[in-house]
Amino acid sequence: IHTTPVSYASGEGARAVPLAGHVGFDSMPDQLVNKSVNHGFCFNILCVGETGLGKSTLMDTLFNTKFEGEPTQHNQPGVQLKSNTYELQESNVRLKLTVVNTVGFGDQINKEDSYKSIVEFIDTQFEAYLQEELKIKRTLHSYHDTRIHACLYFIAPTGHSLKSLDLVTMKKLDSKVNIIPIIAKSDAISKSELTKFKIKITSELVSNGVQIYQFPTDDETVAEINSTMNGHLPFAVVGSTEEVKIGNKMVKARQYPWGTVQVENENHCDFVKLREMLIRVNMEDLREQTHTRHYELYRRCKLEEMGFKDTDPDCKPFSLQETYEAKRNEFMGDLQKKEEEMRQMFVQRVKEKEAELKEAEKELHEKFDRLKKLHQDEKKKLEDKKKSLDDELNGFKQKKTAAELLQSQAQQAGGSTTLKRDKERKK
Amino acid sequence: MIERPESAVASIAQRNLEGYVGFANLPNQVYRKSVKRGFEFTLMVVGESGLGKSTLINSLFLTDLYSKDYPGPSLRIKKTVQVEQSKVLVKEGGVQLTLTIVDTPGFGDAVDNSNCWQPVINYIDSKCEDFLNAESRVNRRLMPDNRVHCCLYFIAPSGHGLKPLDIEFMKRLHDKVNVIPLIAKADTLTPEECQLFKKQIMKEIQEHKIQIYEFPDIEDDEDSKLIRKIKERMPLAVVGSNVVIEVNGRKVRGRQYPWGVAEVENGEHCDFTVLRNMLIRTHMQDLKDVTNNVHYENYRSRKLAAVTCNGGVDTSKTKNQMTRSPLAQMEEERREHVMKMKKMETEMEQVFEMKVKEKKQKLKDSEAELERRHEQMKKNLEAQYKELEEKKRHHEEEKSNWEAQQRILEQQKLDASKTMEKNKKKGKIF
Repeated sequence: IHTTPVSYASGEGARAVPLAGHVGFDSMPDQLVNKSVNHGFCFNILCVGETGLGKSTLMDTLFNTKFEGEPTQHNQPGVQLKSNTYELQESNVRLKLTVVNTVGFGDQINKEDSYKSIVEFIDTQFEAYLQEELKIKRTLHSYHDTRIHACLYFIAPTGHSLKSLDLVTMKKLDSKVNIIPIIAKSDAISKSELTKFKIKITSELVSNGVQIYQFPTDDETVAEINSTMNGHLPFAVVGSTEEVKIGNKMVKARQYPWGTVQVENENHCDFVKLREMLIRVNMEDLREQTHTRHYELYRRCKLEEMGFKDTDPDCKPFSLQETYEAKRNEFMGDLQKKEEEMRQMFVQRVKEKEAELKEAEKELHEKFDRLKKLHQDEKKKLEDKKKSLDDELNGFKQKKTAAELLQSQAQQAGGSTTLKRDKERKK
Repeated sequence: MIERPESAVASIAQRNLEGYVGFANLPNQVYRKSVKRGFEFTLMVVGESGLGKSTLINSLFLTDLYSKDYPGPSLRIKKTVQVEQSKVLVKEGGVQLTLTIVDTPGFGDAVDNSNCWQPVINYIDSKCEDFLNAESRVNRRLMPDNRVHCCLYFIAPSGHGLKPLDIEFMKRLHDKVNVIPLIAKADTLTPEECQLFKKQIMKEIQEHKIQIYEFPDIEDDEDSKLIRKIKERMPLAVVGSNVVIEVNGRKVRGRQYPWGVAEVENGEHCDFTVLRNMLIRTHMQDLKDVTNNVHYENYRSRKLAAVTCNGGVDTSKTKNQMTRSPLAQMEEERREHVMKMKKMETEMEQVFEMKVKEKKQKLKDSEAELERRHEQMKKNLEAQYKELEEKKRHHEEEKSNWEAQQRILEQQKLDASKTMEKNKKKGKIF
């Protein structure tokens, strides 16, 4: 179906003029419908509920066909979402139906994070659409819309009240998707219990501020039936793909020893009401609400998060170009700043390291200067020692020379003395 | 060829319904909602004055869009090309239509008509711009669609061919809006002249590669036969009139001549009915769809490419960017930048490490050198010390030897003098 932005004929500034005959534009709705039928429709349902509440069976019953799936065990470690897409056709209308099931919901001991994967899934579909919408070259016309149009919330048929998991989950989902709460496996509840149960659920939803989907009452053609049905929420349903013979017809039913619950018997359960409201009357409205309310909210939040605004401080509206340019300049400036910071950091490091190395160099020189000085001292000591030895040597030499001179003199004297003696003797 | 977007086909499982579900009612739901919403349509008429544009509009919509109170542009004398819009609200069969007629008085009326199409282009672009801005807002309200959905171009019934102005205009506008060329005042042409004229026009249109609005192919055989018939009659030759004349007991709209009445709604007289049926009764929605899916998207992608790709000099890069949203584009640029910075960082690190290593090595080398020198000097000194010690030892040895010798000599001397003394005493001296 066309996912163009919803534009409304404002009729403002237009003056009404009478027509003098049949022009023919009353065929416009038909033209639009023909195009839609040719294009095909698409619808995405999310089933949230604990394991074993009959989600898959209900889908099979609603759409009168067997969808995929084995019944799941209770031992899933977390909540996973499994989605399957089918092509259905009824008369000349083709429908691309996607059924998303929560697997393992409510099975964990700690269920605090149960809702998270569901919210994430819904957001992912919104994000995909947003990305497509923002592309420069986009093909919205042929885009397969995966956004969730309706969320069937399966309430366990305890007969008392909602579980806290239910309240927490629905509260997290009510601003993201159209929630239609249903009481599952309602053939376990008697009629009187059911009325009390419904009242309790409704009041709990109201007191906790949970916004569930209201069937629209603005169009006169369907206002009456929708407002009546709003009063029957939450729908108490029974699902079955097995057929039992009642009278001379085969009907979908569940056979018990005490009787047969007929799925399509409005006295037995609200299945028919659900089918009417969900598919036959309000399917298009569910799609529209998803697009114009839930998706717009997501988009607005996402863009605001990124810093986009509609008006600048002077309250003048930004044109798209200005916004993008401003964003881009800011972004580029940011990148450049980061680059500059990194460079500065490097320059700093280099400076520090250089100083370090210089310091080491200085120390080295100092060390060697000290050693040099030590060496000088040693050298001087050596010189002194050398000098003293030389002095001593010289002294010794002198002494020796003197002694030798004395000796030679003495000898000479002795000789002369001897000579004298000899001379005297000779006399 | 104006491309029509194809529907995406994914691998999906088929299922057959085993009973009543109810979504066959979806078309009715769509119908209901569309009636409630109402419809909009903007039609632009372009042509020289006097070609009967206003009359044709009035005939098409069976109303006095231009009346005494709201005179049509043709009755006003214009010096330059204006673009004027009139908005009316019409109702029929429970369906509400907000119709905007855009007129271009002064078009082609000047002596020099260069760029007389510019105001028209500007108008069309400004409507697309408005829509783009509205669509791009953070808080989006219900956006009225004022984009031009169809442009009827009036060709003067010269019978020969297109004028240069006609060709120029259509060439400039065929990729911005759905152009439907019409032969105006067709009651001045005989059927044969008209046929020739049409053939000539279509030939020239093909020659100049002008893409006029094309009817989409429908699978339905009946309709497609009709479509082919219409295609054969292009461009449509029209006659407009709101004057009702009686012809053979019938009341018809037409133009009264001394030689007869040219009936507006007679298929043998002109193609008015074909135009009306096609424009209003069967293809109004398609005209809007083509405007939205093709012409507007072209405008938008051109506009956004200019903003985000900075003119797109590198075509290979631009192609990639086109399939991404500007936000994703910025993400990509950011990622690229992060990688670039990482690379720069590692490079700088490498250079830094290398330089540090170099410096350290140098320091080590000089340290080793100094060590070596110091060692050498030390060794030198030690050698000298040793030498000195040796010398000293030698001297000591010599000294002690000599002293010993001296002592002996002294002793001898002493002995000798003692002996002499003794001899003296003995009187040995003679």
